[in-house]
Amino acid sequence: MADMRPLAVITEATGLGMVLIRADLARAGDAIAEAAGLPVPDVTRFTADAGRWLGWMAPDELLLVLPGADLTATLAALTDALATEHALVQDVSDMRCVFDLAGRKPAQVLAKLCPVDPNALPADGLRRTRAAQVACALWRREGSGGHGNAAGEVWRIVAFRSVRDYLAGILATAAAPGTDLDPR
Amino acid sequence: MLTLTCPYCHVAAEETELAPGGEAHLTRHGPGSTDEAFEAYLFGRRNPKGVHFERWRHLYGCGRWFLAARDTMTLQVFGTYPAQSKYPPRHIVDAIRAARPGWAPDWDETSGDSAPGVGNDPAPNPTPTRDSFV
Amino acid sequence: MTGKQPFRLPTGGRLIDRSKPIGFRFDGRQMQGLAGDTLASALLAGGQMLMGRSFKYHRPRGPLASGVEEPNALVGLGQGGRFEPNQRATTTPLIQGVVATSQNAWPGLTRDVGAINDALWRFLPAGFYYKTFIHPRAAWMRLFEPVIRRAAGLGRAPELPDPDRYEQAYGFADVVVVGGGIAGLNAARAAAQAGGRVIVLEQTGHWGGRTPVDHPDGQAAIDRVVQALRTMSNVTLRRNTMATGLYDHGYLLAREALADHDPNAGLPRQRLWRIRAGRIITATGALERPLAFAGNDVPGVMLAGAVRDYLVDHAVAPGRRIAVVTNNDDAYRTALAALDAGLEVPAILDARPAADGTLPQAARARGIRVETGTGIARVLGRMRVNGLQFCAQQGEGQPLGVIDCDVIAMSGGWSPVVHLWSHCGGKLRWDPATALFAPDPDRPPTGADGEGNVTAVGAAAGDLRVADLTGAVAEDSILPVWIVPANATRKARFKMWLDYQNDVKVSDVELAGREGYRSVEHAKRYTTLGMATDQGKVSNINGLAVLSDTLDQPIAATGTTTFRPPYAPLTLGTIAAEARGPLFQPLRRTPMHRWHEAQGAQWEPVGLWRRPYCYPRGAENRGDAVNREILAVRGGVGTLDASTLGKILVKGPDAGRFLDMIYTNMMSTLPVGKCRYGLICSENGFLVDDGVVARLSDDSWLCHTTTGGAERIHAHMEDWLQCEWWDWQVHTANITEQYAQIAIAGPRARAVLDRLGGMDLTAGTLPFMGWADGLLAGIPVRVYRISFSGELSFELACPAGQGLALWEAIHQAGADFGITPYGTEAMHVMRAEKGFIMIGDETDGTVIPQDLGLNWAISRKKPDYIGKRAQERSFMTSPDRWKLVGLDSIDGRVLPDGAYAVADGTNATGQRNTQGRITSTYHSPTLGRPIAMGLVHRGPDRMGEVLEFAVPGDSFTARIVDPVFYDREGTRANG
Ligand SMILES: [Zn+2]
Repeated sequence: MADMRPLAVITEATGLGMVLIRADLARAGDAIAEAAGLPVPDVTRFTADAGRWLGWMAPDELLLVLPGADLTATLAALTDALATEHALVQDVSDMRCVFDLAGRKPAQVLAKLCPVDPNALPADGLRRTRAAQVACALWRREGSGGHGNAAGEVWRIVAFRSVRDYLAGILATAAAPGTDLDPR
Repeated sequence: MLTLTCPYCHVAAEETELAPGGEAHLTRHGPGSTDEAFEAYLFGRRNPKGVHFERWRHLYGCGRWFLAARDTMTLQVFGTYPAQSKYPPRHIVDAIRAARPGWAPDWDETSGDSAPGVGNDPAPNPTPTRDSFV
Repeated sequence: MTGKQPFRLPTGGRLIDRSKPIGFRFDGRQMQGLAGDTLASALLAGGQMLMGRSFKYHRPRGPLASGVEEPNALVGLGQGGRFEPNQRATTTPLIQGVVATSQNAWPGLTRDVGAINDALWRFLPAGFYYKTFIHPRAAWMRLFEPVIRRAAGLGRAPELPDPDRYEQAYGFADVVVVGGGIAGLNAARAAAQAGGRVIVLEQTGHWGGRTPVDHPDGQAAIDRVVQALRTMSNVTLRRNTMATGLYDHGYLLAREALADHDPNAGLPRQRLWRIRAGRIITATGALERPLAFAGNDVPGVMLAGAVRDYLVDHAVAPGRRIAVVTNNDDAYRTALAALDAGLEVPAILDARPAADGTLPQAARARGIRVETGTGIARVLGRMRVNGLQFCAQQGEGQPLGVIDCDVIAMSGGWSPVVHLWSHCGGKLRWDPATALFAPDPDRPPTGADGEGNVTAVGAAAGDLRVADLTGAVAEDSILPVWIVPANATRKARFKMWLDYQNDVKVSDVELAGREGYRSVEHAKRYTTLGMATDQGKVSNINGLAVLSDTLDQPIAATGTTTFRPPYAPLTLGTIAAEARGPLFQPLRRTPMHRWHEAQGAQWEPVGLWRRPYCYPRGAENRGDAVNREILAVRGGVGTLDASTLGKILVKGPDAGRFLDMIYTNMMSTLPVGKCRYGLICSENGFLVDDGVVARLSDDSWLCHTTTGGAERIHAHMEDWLQCEWWDWQVHTANITEQYAQIAIAGPRARAVLDRLGGMDLTAGTLPFMGWADGLLAGIPVRVYRISFSGELSFELACPAGQGLALWEAIHQAGADFGITPYGTEAMHVMRAEKGFIMIGDETDGTVIPQDLGLNWAISRKKPDYIGKRAQERSFMTSPDRWKLVGLDSIDGRVLPDGAYAVADGTNATGQRNTQGRITSTYHSPTLGRPIAMGLVHRGPDRMGEVLEFAVPGDSFTARIVDPVFYDREGTRANG
């Protein structure tokens, strides 16, 4: 008998601070790392520690996610650290919606919505793509990836704020009980 | 549906993650240009059957524009390279030549503003499809 | 044989479960089958051979095949929202209580009025529609079309929404094997052993394809390899999944049936897989071809392989006396299987001069009469086969004798299933020895790297013998036979069906050839051969062979028609998947959306955004609400949710220089703390967006765009930065959704904000077109002193998460002023009263700013901006352009939107000449009369002239006036 629990337990993450950083990452990397409190990640990777997360978004763009309480100080530190650079530091904390996917098979939920192979993403991999009709970014919060090794994974997916209801809807639909992708 | 690898983030993105931008290596003609040059810039396109250089944007990804060398007939992809390239780089040219022995670049890297394939055009064909408002 | 299932054999049936009877209804009749049956096998078990009527002649039809290629046994399945037409009974799993109805027959299958067409066949030849209905035109409209429409179409469309769910999923594999027969399974094992991820797709619910039916130890061989594959962790085996199309760069679509067998389980009914495959192996087998003899469509004439399937798979006897007609050895298996099932085989008619291979010898040894060099002259029976006349194959059909039979099992050979191979450019070669089109391994479809990415194996590659199966019996060669008998009379050719579903006969294809249709693609469309829902799976090769004979050219020269996806029809729900109902589109909602909803807002879609159009109160209609909102703003204060306006941050040492290129006016000179209205054009010179730009600091500007423009303009900026001026130091960021934005407009606007406390918003501190940061009601805001309504107005931007709180605080503070939320329509009317243009109303992609009297917003000093060169073109500088004016309705009626002003004379096509059109038109509650704007030929030079605007059945007149109808001096906004 099929497991009739949803494929994923979906929870919305709120209260996060987010900072958009655009700069020459090679030149300003050290300054950013110090102010952000995390090493600058490699291309399409992220670094994370103690509630902070720094992701590579584009060749000259990073996204810092941190507890909302740390936002103001870190924003100031980054602005200060990059004052002499051609750089852009912008509070984007209110711009996005964030969902975490835990439970039985969260990667299968993503495999229904995104034209990517979630299992092929490295443990510190960040993938910007689309979920059905909206732009998104996704990464693992827990678990190391690899095929057939999805147990205990927690995924995070981020999209724009205005499509929060849509994203919540497609995630819940894709996670519907009994819709496991495993061959039957 | 095509898959192209973004030369910036090295993601192999499928076509739905990309936005097309028309012919690459065009040269912009602004105020002061002749009517003929401006017309060729704005409207003249090669639309070849075969080797083609074109603009794509990794829209649902890193957001970078990049260029692709592709065969419009077989859809073979010879390679992708940064948008900030006046001409297709050497490794792209080599890849095309390896696959299409009869093909030769038809631009002159020393002339300054000509672009691939426009040798016989009334005027060099310029930058991007600048009318992206469709 | 039981009473309810008189044609069920007492033993056998590898797919059925005799302990599980299943009841169902067919055309209202209660019937019974077994678990494991298809609808077709259950109907046959119940003695129901007649399953449908053909499209054109309404000929009675029984099943021809046992699988996806079935052209005849199409039924309507289910009821209500679950009704689905044109379902193949041969691939429909039998489920408890299913209701099936026959199609194309009225009033019923056995007595069908439309069958009158059958008596008129002489008058309905190929191309009949083209020839007959071209002239006279009136007859087509009144006479032919209504009649044909009523009679045409297979099945009927469902009338209710589909209640089932569908979903999609993305798959990735190094190798995808399509087809779970012996060839596919062996290929999958080899691929898996080489490493990499392998997916095997099988369209049916069973592994093995034909092997378990056709070979004595076939099932064991299949079980062994399936067992081996199940132990390999890099292999995914997926049944009930049909690969429907192969597209560029190894993109494969496949439809997985999940809950067809159990519609009430609450599961998605089907799942569409979008698989990216490194390499594809097509192991799709082969489909049997009919033979073309007179009466080959009478119910009871079936493909030999299908007869065998029903016997072996379902223990169903399609009949009790099974005659076989063939041009190859394979059909002898059917004769032997029929004997094994205890049925009679009165004769095998073999077109070949001799048949001495292993299988024919086995048949003779068991006492079956084998007549070589013969074929069928005529089928006896109309609603059902009850015999046949046989004749010499080389002849005109002189009867040699009559054979009693109720089923004719025919085989014209087998055609590899080459659809997937062909979808993406793989080429075929005709093999005269085996009489089939097979994939040409030297000309495969190619992938992104230019290398072949599809390999065909087994029968799909033309290897019909399954050479790698132990115990496979050697077979003698096929004799290519396309018409039986070879020199059949003209009359007989009128009764030889090629395309069963569309009623295309040998005579039709020959007629097309004679009339000059040399291209197979043209002949297809002229005759409709292969154009029905089966897409010619059983008819294509026979059809093009007949065409080749008519044209007296080899089959290879004729070639095939194009194979297009999908291989079998996909239901629309599968393609839409989750994109239906509330998830049809990603609707975008502002931070205040729920407040608007609670206030009963009516919505206006703007791109994907939903904006309040107006907020009707009580019994108000929309017009009343809009008028009330406008008067409330003009006379007091109102609020607009402006959060959807695009906000793009542009920063860097070269940002000013960059914006001077993006905008037509000068942005680099804008002082910090100030705002400026700006225009953005395309390189073609046309106005594409507008908005207010604020200079935030020495090196940063915030650019507002229209609601629909944020993504577009941001992309436009990035395009130019990345691809043209890549050495300029500029960063852009689309921060539209970081902020909620609220316009508060009206003479009381400042008074309301003062009550919130925290900022000095007096004109001296914050003058018109200035901005300031601060706190209002404890919320961090940026206040822009800008106005689109013409009133004293502020736009407040705050973090989106606090937008609702700020909105509510404003409404609380303004309650005793009667503060009124207003929607987009009130905004539109108010801006029109002020003569402000609206992108999308006054612009349509052919309008330049100069047409709109916006020269004041175009810098003459700048040497360049995007669109400048284009605006210098002679047509753009012509004095004859249509330009913006106001329009005053003469008779006080609101002018019709979009109406054209007529001019004297007519154009080349006889239409009235035009000299302008209306771009915006409203009733102005402020002025108590209609107002309008339009683009008129030399309009600003023609003030006071009266124009006539023609609409069907009516005419309006309007005087050309200044487009600013209200507060021309602008004193109100400066308050
Ligand atoms: Zn990229």
